[in-house]
Amino acid sequence: MSLLKPIYTDKPGMILLTVLTATAVIVPVFNLAFPEGHALHISTFTMTLIGKYLCYALLAIAVDLVWGYLGILSLGHGAFFALGGYAMGMYLMRQIGDRGVYGNPILPDFMVFLNWHELPWFWHGFNWFWFAMLMVILVPAALAFVFGWFAFSSRVTGVYLSIITQAMTYALWLAFFRNEMGFGGNNGLTDFKDILGFSLQNDTTKAGLFLASAIALGLGYVICRYITQSKLGKVSTAIRDQESRVRFIGYKVQNFKLFIFTFSAILAGIAGALYVPQVGIINPTEFSPLNSIEIVIWVAVGGRATLYGAVTGALVVNYAKSYLTAAFPDAWLFGLGALFILVTLFLPRGITGLLRKKEGQ
Amino acid sequence: MTMIESIHPIFKRDEVFEFLKPEAAPSLNLSSGVILYLEGISVSFDGFKAINDLNLYINDGELRCIIGPNGAGKTTMMDIITGKTKPDSGSAWFGQNINLLKMDEPSIAAAGIGRKFQKPTVFESHTVHDNLELAMAADKTVFPTLTAKLNSEQEDRIAETLKLIGLQEHPYNYAGSLSHGQKQWLEIGMLLMQRPKLLLIDEPVAGMTHQEMDRTAELLTSLAGEHSVVVVEHDMDFIRSIARKVSVLHQGSILAEGTMDEVQNNQKVIEVYLGG
Repeated sequence: MSLLKPIYTDKPGMILLTVLTATAVIVPVFNLAFPEGHALHISTFTMTLIGKYLCYALLAIAVDLVWGYLGILSLGHGAFFALGGYAMGMYLMRQIGDRGVYGNPILPDFMVFLNWHELPWFWHGFNWFWFAMLMVILVPAALAFVFGWFAFSSRVTGVYLSIITQAMTYALWLAFFRNEMGFGGNNGLTDFKDILGFSLQNDTTKAGLFLASAIALGLGYVICRYITQSKLGKVSTAIRDQESRVRFIGYKVQNFKLFIFTFSAILAGIAGALYVPQVGIINPTEFSPLNSIEIVIWVAVGGRATLYGAVTGALVVNYAKSYLTAAFPDAWLFGLGALFILVTLFLPRGITGLLRKKEGQ
Repeated sequence: MTMIESIHPIFKRDEVFEFLKPEAAPSLNLSSGVILYLEGISVSFDGFKAINDLNLYINDGELRCIIGPNGAGKTTMMDIITGKTKPDSGSAWFGQNINLLKMDEPSIAAAGIGRKFQKPTVFESHTVHDNLELAMAADKTVFPTLTAKLNSEQEDRIAETLKLIGLQEHPYNYAGSLSHGQKQWLEIGMLLMQRPKLLLIDEPVAGMTHQEMDRTAELLTSLAGEHSVVVVEHDMDFIRSIARKVSVLHQGSILAEGTMDEVQNNQKVIEVYLGG
């Protein structure tokens, strides 16, 4: 049983996993089993929306792992999310085949539009699902590894590191806007038709994607929980609190940072890959620095260094966003800013910090 | 080195590139009985010579005390030995064959040099037990650390150390909640868990009561012999209670060396300390 110990000793985590399992069963079943208009019917719109939130929650866990447990305030995690999304998007583009507007069996519409005659080299292989999935993992991992290797071995820390991560996503943002990059420029990749032969318009497919997101979130949570409870997790929080001291007891700090940072980027990439077929588009906006900052706000609002706090924060803030952008479209950014300030001032341990306090009393 | 010389090794087919060679330090060689050599070390910060042509030799199993006024370069010297600061010139060898100047902090720690800081630095959001576990000698690379589980022998070692440092009552207290003196002890405990050959101890008794001081003195003297211990301290009574050999550091170099009495009667030392 000691193998399961990190899971069942974590009460809020158990609650989270229970709720997640219930959601993963109830939402798709109620969507598919009850016809529209039935009192128990959950609309496809709602299901896709919750599915989107689940992807955000996985992304938030990834950020919490590096920020809450390792002390690296990454303002560039949106980049890993977007890269995973683009890898999935490229697969979905290739699945369109000759059903595009221009009916070219090989080239996606935007390439025909740009008068390209051949598929660029980096688009090859994306017609295979397994290859695309491999890239969902490898591309964000490679970027995180190379970036991290330079940043951590030259011992860049704190606010300087945050600024560099921000610059990284900003550079990618600008690059992906360019048509010459071959990723659809400003418009990104869209008009997806099907995934693994199932139509993306189909409710069953959408339910499947929802389920996949829930499973990914659950697994992501459990793996992160194992990592943070292992000895490596203790080293990681020690690095967060006293980096130089960790070196003097013989740990190569840069390798530990590199491992966690790269793993976190992979999680973010997977979240992006699940997000794209559900929202039906990926464009350079996902790289925008603002997006990455928002992720950090989710984690701060939910409560750092708890993992379940990150999930809570992602859900609460995004629900608020969905509501506020519909009700008061102009006020959303002010609301977000106010939320961040209020949480920083009055709830330094986030929403879940309140609950933990109650428990302690 | 001329260009030809630097290119030459590339064409030697029995040699691998320098960066491909395993990083592992050779094992400690103490054949001459000297564990630490510092020779002609100089380092300056913005023109200020913190260490100036320092020569220091520590014998295997020795307990050496280093005293000196503030700013004499004691902490800088420790920084150089542990790899935190690279000197401008000079050489530093650990035993016969380990060149400390070519290694970073974790490699030096792994080679067998442990350090206790002036200000007690423990991991405050970890428990006392976890602090010791983290410091414990083990494979400290990433993947073995990820899968590491404490076995009963290691648990015993932690329990032993807890007893030695007088914290066996509260192994699961957070280190941040300990008193200053207890943190000092915890840090000494962490040092012992590393099983170093050479211990560098910076002001071990600052903030300790007299009883705690006596116990620390007892512990340090018991460590000497099997380990080599270098203690930097201001408290003269404490030094008198443990010292066999004292080195006086002044303006970045060794001013005098000898027993406590010899050093205290040394004219130069008196001048430095009394400003005469």
